[in-house]
Amino acid sequence: MQVNEVEEKKEFTPLIVAFCCNWCSYAGADLAGSNRLNYPANIKIIRVPCSCRVNPLFILRAFQRGADGVILCGCHPGDCHYTTGNYYARRRMTTLFSMLDYLGIEKERTRVEWVSAAEGVKFAQTMNEFAEAITKLGENRKLRDLRCEK
Amino acid sequence: MREIRELLVKKINELLENGTVNRVIGWKAGDFCYDVTPAVYTKEDNLCDFLFDGFCGANQSKYLINETKEEGKVLVLLKPCDSYSFNQLIKEHRIDKEKVYALGIPCSGMLDINKMKEQGITGILNITEDGDKVKAETLYGTKECDRKDVLLERCLCCKGSKHVAYDELLVPEAEEKELGGADRFSKVAELEAMTPQERFDFWRTELSKCIRCNACRNVCPACSCRTCVFDNAASGVAAKVNADTFEENMFHIIRAWHVAGRCTDCGECSRVCPQNIPLQLLNRKFIKDMNELYGEFQAGEDSETKGPLTAFTKEDAEPGIIYTRGGDR
Amino acid sequence: MQRIGVFVCWCGSNIAATVDVAAVAEALKNEPGVVFATDYQYMCSASGQEIIKDAIKEHNLTGVVICSCSPRMHEVTFRRTVEAAGLNPYMLEIANIREQCSWIHKDKAEGTEKAIILGRTAIAKVHLNAPLTAQESPVVKRALVIGGGIAGIQTALDIADAGFEVDIVEKNPTIGGKMAQLDKTFPTLDCAACILTPKMVDAGANEKIGLYTYCEVDKVEGFVGNFKVTIRQKPRYVDATKCTGCGECTTKCPSKKNPNEFNMGLDNRPAIYIPFAQAVPKLATIDPDDCIYMKTGKCGLCSKVCTAGAINYEQKEEFITKEYGAIVVATGYNQIKPTEFEEYGYNNYPDVVTSLEFERLMNAAGPTKGHLLRPSDGKPPKKIVFVQCVGSRGQSCRDKSYCSKICCMYTAKHAMLVKDHYPDVEVTVFYIDVRTPGKNFDEFYRRAVEEFGVHYVKGMVGKVSEEDGVLKVQASDLLANEQIHMDADMVVLAAAIEPNESARSLATMLTASMDTNDFFTEAHAKLRPVESPTAGVFLSGTCQGPKDIPETVSQASAAAAKVIGLLAKDHLLCNPCVSHSNELLCNGCSTCANVCPYGAIDYVTKEINDHGVRETRRVAVVNEAVCQGCGACTVTCPSGAMDLKGFANRQIMAEVDAICR
Repeated sequence: MQVNEVEEKKEFTPLIVAFCCNWCSYAGADLAGSNRLNYPANIKIIRVPCSCRVNPLFILRAFQRGADGVILCGCHPGDCHYTTGNYYARRRMTTLFSMLDYLGIEKERTRVEWVSAAEGVKFAQTMNEFAEAITKLGENRKLRDLRCEK
Repeated sequence: MREIRELLVKKINELLENGTVNRVIGWKAGDFCYDVTPAVYTKEDNLCDFLFDGFCGANQSKYLINETKEEGKVLVLLKPCDSYSFNQLIKEHRIDKEKVYALGIPCSGMLDINKMKEQGITGILNITEDGDKVKAETLYGTKECDRKDVLLERCLCCKGSKHVAYDELLVPEAEEKELGGADRFSKVAELEAMTPQERFDFWRTELSKCIRCNACRNVCPACSCRTCVFDNAASGVAAKVNADTFEENMFHIIRAWHVAGRCTDCGECSRVCPQNIPLQLLNRKFIKDMNELYGEFQAGEDSETKGPLTAFTKEDAEPGIIYTRGGDR
Repeated sequence: MQRIGVFVCWCGSNIAATVDVAAVAEALKNEPGVVFATDYQYMCSASGQEIIKDAIKEHNLTGVVICSCSPRMHEVTFRRTVEAAGLNPYMLEIANIREQCSWIHKDKAEGTEKAIILGRTAIAKVHLNAPLTAQESPVVKRALVIGGGIAGIQTALDIADAGFEVDIVEKNPTIGGKMAQLDKTFPTLDCAACILTPKMVDAGANEKIGLYTYCEVDKVEGFVGNFKVTIRQKPRYVDATKCTGCGECTTKCPSKKNPNEFNMGLDNRPAIYIPFAQAVPKLATIDPDDCIYMKTGKCGLCSKVCTAGAINYEQKEEFITKEYGAIVVATGYNQIKPTEFEEYGYNNYPDVVTSLEFERLMNAAGPTKGHLLRPSDGKPPKKIVFVQCVGSRGQSCRDKSYCSKICCMYTAKHAMLVKDHYPDVEVTVFYIDVRTPGKNFDEFYRRAVEEFGVHYVKGMVGKVSEEDGVLKVQASDLLANEQIHMDADMVVLAAAIEPNESARSLATMLTASMDTNDFFTEAHAKLRPVESPTAGVFLSGTCQGPKDIPETVSQASAAAAKVIGLLAKDHLLCNPCVSHSNELLCNGCSTCANVCPYGAIDYVTKEINDHGVRETRRVAVVNEAVCQGCGACTVTCPSGAMDLKGFANRQIMAEVDAICR
């Protein structure tokens, strides 16, 4: 099965899921909102208590159901509300993403960024960059659940 | 091999007789001589069909999870590499150490029947080992091959002759044994050097062979959950079969991830896979990454050190490292 | 199936300008389980909340979704609203269609579409919500203070003053800590003993305060409000109930040549000793390493002279277990011994001393009775060199990376005192920077320079050597850009301070986190400076970072205020969004406990009834009063037995599905 053949280029809007920890990154996203900092509407945020709450299953699930990119945002290392959560998340995501890359999934589709509650600008910037990178990559065909295709 | 077997039988009988244990997990032959499976013997069984030969590769540690729930102590025979899984299970409180008597047995490498078959040896009736040679009586006459060519993958990267846990050793451990010497990560590195599309094609080809028989899961000493998430209807990801290509990937990614930091690299998953999917390459990728990023770690080496995914340092590499290091650009 | 009501807020024009709120409400009506949907100008207003309450009653709603501003803004408000209408407050989810939608998108069609998706995501989650009840746990109305220096004493006094019982555990035979060793205190130059000893006496006399001196914490179990602490009482070989502190034994003891810890080893004490005259409690203690009787079985002189019959060579260590509602860490600091800094000659020359040793040499109760005399020959020094930043603010492995904070001020104090007592003595201070922020601090430093004529030189000392009994100091003057060679009779090193060596093991016992320098970490660097991230554990004084006395006392009182706030409660209401373990799935493997930052997971061996199959095995149990709900355990658990209430695996996956639909 050849999956990377160039399809006819039509307007492609990627679907992006962002997991944000409640204490830093979700607040950073709120700050981006209060400052009216624009980022694409195709990014949808899921609130989790901590970046360490994000199970690889959730990320795979998003890809399975058709997400084109998944980004995980948490407090900066050392600033975790729960002291150590993002340290675990960092190891987990590094190894998981490396594994996805090993299986031939484009590594640019996954990302971890540390965004504090004060970094509204960084949040918006990060989202814009990520959305742009995913748009360039195109549709996630390697991981999509075939059942989801209409 | 024969001398070890005799010593072993003597020791087992002694331990059964003096009441140290009331049963032993040993091996017995299946339909074919190379089709050896673990079997439990009690005193009454007289070890009549007890077997110990080059096909006793099966790692018995996992059997102890259920066996230690039974009455009395059970004797387990641990090859050096099995003792790692044993230790890991002790660390995870899955085995009641009080109910096991671990006898460390020596090992000079176990045989891979698939490799023999690949050498054109078929119709096998009986196999004997003779020094560096393996002799097979077959329907087509006696055939012979070099022992080193038909060793199990794990024996090529042997962990050494030391047992990391035991109650007693059958024979004193060899001081320094010639290790397998093969680089266990060479195939992983080879894959890493490919382009993403090549890797994708490689794994698509391999994983699409998966028939979800769960043999890899059932044999794995680390994959020992009472109920697997993939069997648990309430987990939201339960699936008895791979309904699509995604699920072929998902099952194996998650399985490897769940045992990451706990997998001792025993290679049983690859050994038992009826489709010959090189599943060990997934586990070894995690091991290689974790060794490179977080320092060398061998699961089961001791029963205290935290695994790399349940530990951290403040200076750990950022996930972005995978965009910039090794392999393709 | 839930009966869900959806309420879309306009937030005036904040949402309504870029999101067609009516269309959102209309679209969400078609979602499964939604039995009611409406929109309103301000959902958070009193009338908006009435709409929600009325709808809950009228439509028998079991779940509520509010599409509005961020949950960080009004989640609490709306939880109260639904609770007032008889619904469990955790049957509510908020779709953030303001900060994460209307405010960042300009196009109305786009905004509306996203709002609908965010709404249906919240609906998908509410379908799987379950009513949650916050657990209550009782509070033991007693506090433990670990460390009996000025920080611990102040914290204990304040807690006792509020009417709560408090115990101080001190590893030395007396409370008082480092401050008891100091001579004068900056910036007022009042005598440390004069202001400390009344507090020590107060602490000793206060009936609410229990003193456990010569004790160490052995074990800590439990959680906020319910700690169980085992204290190890080291044997004094003196019966504390009989000893009157008369000191007769200490004068008769024949083993006199033991370094006196209180005087930094600058003089000797007997094997049976009272650390200093104002010690609290004033009890003799035998050091078994020094005692002739303990070593040889011969002597027993102290026992003979003790009229109270208090000496007991057979005393054994004892373990005391008590319950506490809160624990305050006040383990303080030590000054490093600058033995690794060979360039300063501390190892070789007795006249090179640390500032704390110098403090004892200046003290009237010290080894020289307050006369400044050189340790080597007992002569008064004529030239003194002070070296700052010894081991502080450095990059090499022997250095501390941080600023020890107190050295600039105490060096100015030392210099000033020397000049005050002995105007003829030449005093030179070598510094990198002079750091004197603090009330009346810079004025104090300037007085040393301007009024007392202390010679400050910007630059570091490179080498101290000795020639004919005179110390030769080689240094650089960075401002004049020249090398200096000068003679000195004494060199005083402002050596770095570091956390007490017992702090690390204590942090492990308390599951309280530490930074790389072994200072305790505060819950929030700015907003929660006296709380540790572990609930119920508070920080007082220099265990959290270098501090001077005024700062230490402020923090000690602040920690006390936090403790009093906690102990004043009869029950603690816990966060109901905590982990819980499904016993049927749990392997009992302990992996979850490995990643729990709070020590909230215990294991019990119990009989589990799995659909009629009974089996006794080890399973994880989450202590809901301790769990803070981070979820680290849920991901590390391979079987999925560990799940987080309010953010369950199924709920998050439902959100993912709804977004990707």
